Amino acid sequence: MCLAIPARVVEVSGVDQARIDIVGVQKEISTALLDNVAVGDYLIVHVGHAIGRIDPDEAEKTLAYLAEMSDEDARALAAASM
Amino acid sequence: MKYIDEFRDGKLARALARTIVREVQPDKSYRLMEFCGGHTHAISRYGLEDLLPKQVRMIHGPGCPVCVLPTGRTDSAIELALRPGVTLCTYADTLRVPASDNLSLFKAKAQGADVRMVYSCSDALRIAQDEPEREVVFFAIGFETTTPPTAVVIKQAAALGLKNFSVFCNHVLTPAAMVHLMELSAAGGADSVRIDGFVGPSHVSTIIGSSPYEGFAARYRKPVVIAGFEPLDVMQSILMLVRQINDGRAEVENQFIRAVTREGNQKAQRLMGEVFEMREAFDWRGLGEVPSSALKIREDFAAFDAERRFAIPYRQVPDPKACECAAILRGQKHPSDCKVFGNACTPDRPIGACMVSSEGACAAFFTYGRFRSTTRT
Repeated sequence: MCLAIPARVVEVSGVDQARIDIVGVQKEISTALLDNVAVGDYLIVHVGHAIGRIDPDEAEKTLAYLAEMSDEDARALAAASM
Repeated sequence: MKYIDEFRDGKLARALARTIVREVQPDKSYRLMEFCGGHTHAISRYGLEDLLPKQVRMIHGPGCPVCVLPTGRTDSAIELALRPGVTLCTYADTLRVPASDNLSLFKAKAQGADVRMVYSCSDALRIAQDEPEREVVFFAIGFETTTPPTAVVIKQAAALGLKNFSVFCNHVLTPAAMVHLMELSAAGGADSVRIDGFVGPSHVSTIIGSSPYEGFAARYRKPVVIAGFEPLDVMQSILMLVRQINDGRAEVENQFIRAVTREGNQKAQRLMGEVFEMREAFDWRGLGEVPSSALKIREDFAAFDAERRFAIPYRQVPDPKACECAAILRGQKHPSDCKVFGNACTPDRPIGACMVSSEGACAAFFTYGRFRSTTRT
């Protein structure tokens, strides 16, 4: 139920409406719960409504943290095998 | 799929798993509740418990709105649907939930009730506009993720002056349920279960923000880490909880920084506040009567409130005797502890709600993990 998917805005199609694309499948959804939706935004879509936006900078930070954790893990593995 | 695939990377998952193994203290036990049914599903689907050391035990929480909806409310929806002239629109999840008298919404449809599955409450609104001769009732369920869309369509219905649209409101609230679990725990006794930390819901938190958990964490001295839905999000959040527990901290941390802020979606919160108000109490499967845990439609929008429009009586109905959904929703029992799990109760022929909903612990465990050993601390 809480399932929501990040979807890319391909068109702002009307008042509180946008056309989004998820891996090639396009759909019209409501953007009544957000302000200033723009083409290229990644929105979290739940039951036909955008409930939030993915912040690309914060996504990068999370991925960077995971990469750093992976490096530390690699070092720990290397140390353990010596 | 952008913002999905990167967070499902297997190598990173195993690196996170090894990090967790290194950081757990061998003699400590970490009992972590993932509140949200979506997380239960992710944990099962990606076999995350297999990656975790035995000291970490994931306890499934009641964050599945279909699972916690008491039978009596589904009975009311079925009763409405069976009335001539009524078109009952519902999310797919509720259709096969077994209710009283061996009925479900699906079976009621087979008996001639006009029950229609919708993906969005906006679809129900459109049906009301397209079919003015039908009394369209939308069966609204869900936590705070799903509530703002209902608020949007009620306002739209009001703006359009629709005379044939109403909502049967069963929206419930997350922090209240978490508090109730802690109170059950503190009271001790048969219903309590020890929880050391919470994996907080993703999209509920996109709406409400991280601040509502702060009072909870401070009062009950339990760490909360708000986690994204993808497996790496869940693993990272478990690592963050393990570290908090090791440090003796009880803070609210946000792992899902790409979609959750401290304040949340304030526009959505405002809309919810305009259309809904708090019920004094609400009956939950598994948790009993929980105060200030559910919403009803405000007087201003009374014309769109199915409970006012149709005078729906509520009857409290117990679960079938063999059904352990209640204990499973409290985190007290595991699906494998239920005598009918996997034999009399399966996704094809469910006895309890936990097996029907795709987010239910039983459905998740049946689909992804039932041959796996469940012996953990």
